[in-house]
Amino acid sequence: MARVIVDVMLKPEILDPQGQAIARALPRLGFSGVAAVRQGKRFEVELDGPADEAALADVRKMAETLLANTVIEDYVVRVEE
Amino acid sequence: MSARVGVVTFPGTLDDQDAARAIRLSGAEAVPLWHADHDLKGVDAVFLPGGFSYGDYLRCGAISRFAPLMRELVPAAREGLPVLGTCNGFQILCEAHLLPGALTRNASLHYVCRDQRLRVEATGTPWTSSFEAGQEVVLPIKHGEGRYVADPETIAALEADGRVVVRYLGNPNGSVNDIAGIRNEAGNVVGLMPHPEHAVENLVGAPSTDGLGFFTSILKKLVNA
Repeated sequence: MARVIVDVMLKPEILDPQGQAIARALPRLGFSGVAAVRQGKRFEVELDGPADEAALADVRKMAETLLANTVIEDYVVRVEE
Repeated sequence: MSARVGVVTFPGTLDDQDAARAIRLSGAEAVPLWHADHDLKGVDAVFLPGGFSYGDYLRCGAISRFAPLMRELVPAAREGLPVLGTCNGFQILCEAHLLPGALTRNASLHYVCRDQRLRVEATGTPWTSSFEAGQEVVLPIKHGEGRYVADPETIAALEADGRVVVRYLGNPNGSVNDIAGIRNEAGNVVGLMPHPEHAVENLVGAPSTDGLGFFTSILKKLVNA
């Protein structure tokens, strides 16, 4: 069994008010030195078999079709070691 | 023969009953459509109501897009079936790529629920022909994720082609260019965040009956067809 991670983030040009709210809250909690925060989603996809090229191609298709809305979001697929 | 307008119900849809009532008030027949059916029941037009279909899981409208009924609706809409999506219905139309762009979290992060002044910009669609171009209306809005975004080329094309159907007067959510509703290239598919189905009767305390125009428009279109 392999685990594939799909990270989905709003595209850089899309406003992320949630990330901004987090960034504004951090100094109030005593965390200094944070320039910006962006919030995204992480999907952990467990495969029945190995994470070979065919399986990864499938996961990329999943990301493209459902996990991310590519109009506003980018995604990165990687195998968890 | 009476015009038949389908109203789709997904798990989590809220406004289907109001939509059906508005359709009946305008003089058409409201036909209930169920998300899990592969059947459009031969309707002449479809209303995609608001709510929280599939609990808004993943993204608003992301799961609804793959419902069995949508597999019938998407090709029918591409062939010219008139479709109006309001609120969550608008989000579903964007996720289904029947309309460009996407609806994201309100810039304020607050859920907004209020009577909203709007301007009807495009009256050439089957859903807005009863309005005067530039007519100001008041409709309820109620959403947490209504900030319309699209890449600059798409926005420029929408503006150049007169595809912005409704615009906010006083932007409640940070939408690009105050966009509250748009249409597809052919004009048969319209999506908007405000709720015309909640503004059809004075009796229930609606801010106006301005919403009726959307329903009389489609009736006029279908009866004259």
